[in-house]
Amino acid sequence: MEEFVLLFRLDILTKEKQPSPELLQEYMKQYQDWIGGIAAQNKFVGGKGLSTEGRVCKFNNVVTDGPFAETKESIAGYTIIRAIDFDDAVKMASGCPILKGEGNSVEVRKVQNPK
Amino acid sequence: MTEGELIPHLFRTEYRKIVSVLSKRFGFNQIEIAEDITSDTFLTATQTWGVNGLPENPVAWLYSVAKNKAKNHLKRNNIFENKIVQEIKNNASAPQDPEIDLSPENINDSQLQMMFAICHPSISTEAQIGLSLRILCGFGIEEIADAFLTNKETINKRLFRAKEKLREEKIDIELPPTNQIENRLETILATIYLLFNEGYYSVSQNKTLRKELCLEAMRLCKMLVENNTTNKPSVNALLSLMCFHASRFEARFNKGGETVLYDEQDTSLWNPELISSGGYYLNCSANGDQISKYHLEAGIAYWSTQKPDTAEKWESVLQLYNRLLQIEYSPIAALNRTYALSKANSKEEAIQEAEKLNLTDNQFYFGLLGELWQNIDNKKSKENFQKALDLSKTETSRQAIQAKMAKI
Repeated sequence: MEEFVLLFRLDILTKEKQPSPELLQEYMKQYQDWIGGIAAQNKFVGGKGLSTEGRVCKFNNVVTDGPFAETKESIAGYTIIRAIDFDDAVKMASGCPILKGEGNSVEVRKVQNPK
Repeated sequence: MTEGELIPHLFRTEYRKIVSVLSKRFGFNQIEIAEDITSDTFLTATQTWGVNGLPENPVAWLYSVAKNKAKNHLKRNNIFENKIVQEIKNNASAPQDPEIDLSPENINDSQLQMMFAICHPSISTEAQIGLSLRILCGFGIEEIADAFLTNKETINKRLFRAKEKLREEKIDIELPPTNQIENRLETILATIYLLFNEGYYSVSQNKTLRKELCLEAMRLCKMLVENNTTNKPSVNALLSLMCFHASRFEARFNKGGETVLYDEQDTSLWNPELISSGGYYLNCSANGDQISKYHLEAGIAYWSTQKPDTAEKWESVLQLYNRLLQIEYSPIAALNRTYALSKANSKEEAIQEAEKLNLTDNQFYFGLLGELWQNIDNKKSKENFQKALDLSKTETSRQAIQAKMAKI
């Protein structure tokens, strides 16, 4: 088994795109059911949600308010899972409920262990 | 209570108190002397009470005899330490009259400190449970052997080695510094929970002993709740969890001593006082910003005390299992989570999730699949129950599976 990081990208800034409290509760259930399913396979390692506000440090001591990227989507959180290989990791990642929203994405990256 | 019943009863309630106070006074390295003096006290009691009848206040009698024996021991030690050793050093000082403090406060403090000394991460959890049973619960070696389904010799060796190790580590009988309390408490809670489970799920047929183990685990946890330093949210959560589980103790066995499954239990045998205590400690556990696995398990155990199948119940149980598994995986939690998923979402979804669990050496895995397929594909249901039957090891569980198969 190897560890993979799943990075959740979605629009967490545009006001009109944010869910109502009821919808948010429904999303939380979907998210927890998805993560619970991974944990039930003993493949969950850890993960956290991230704040919507942030700072970005750049070359020449420039610090800007963030988070931002070239697109509207920013990293909303991350999860670390255990998987046999990329295919296995992608299979788990593709069940992530944020993928029901257009424009959202889950990036799958393998954790490199020093050899 | 007759004299014949009184002494074993007092042994159970007072042995641990006297041993804790004496060990605290002598130091952990002399714990065996403390145990000897305490046992000797009970021996004296048996002999004297048999001849002279019961004293007016048996507990006070025990304390005063134990005190005298301990003082004599300390005086002998003192004479050697102060007279002989000092004489050699040519610097004699008068030996002081040693005091043994058997006040309720000191008894309580000593027992609590003893708990920290025994549940020390340097010894195995098995040894921690054994020592706890002996020193904190006053269990006889034979009873401990019975609980672990082994013999006296093995237990004696295990306890001896554990004490040796604690002596080598120079463990003191004291509370750890405040900044280490939470950390050390984790080990204690784990030991208490194992002790409880030993009683609750043990294969030992001795029902009385099993119940005693559960009650002792609860008593130790209650001691932690009653002390300000150790009254932490996770401690309350564990106590709540044990109260909820213990509430079904009488309903879990039939008259022949066989296990009665949850669905078939007579709910009028569930203990309402324990359920309400569980609720009380669950409320107390909400005092803080940390959610331990005990909080989540207590939440699940709460819902087990609510028999009606409501949507709210299963949605709550599912979410509690989702979070519990993120803190700590166990096959049984994974299976229970999948069952809750079938109740909260759908059987079809649960089957899909069950097939990912990879628990093909576990009879409960096939039992769960058997149940999920029922009324969707009865052939598959039967096949899975059959696999569960092949894997099951006890007569009780075979009968339970066969009963389910017969209903398809």
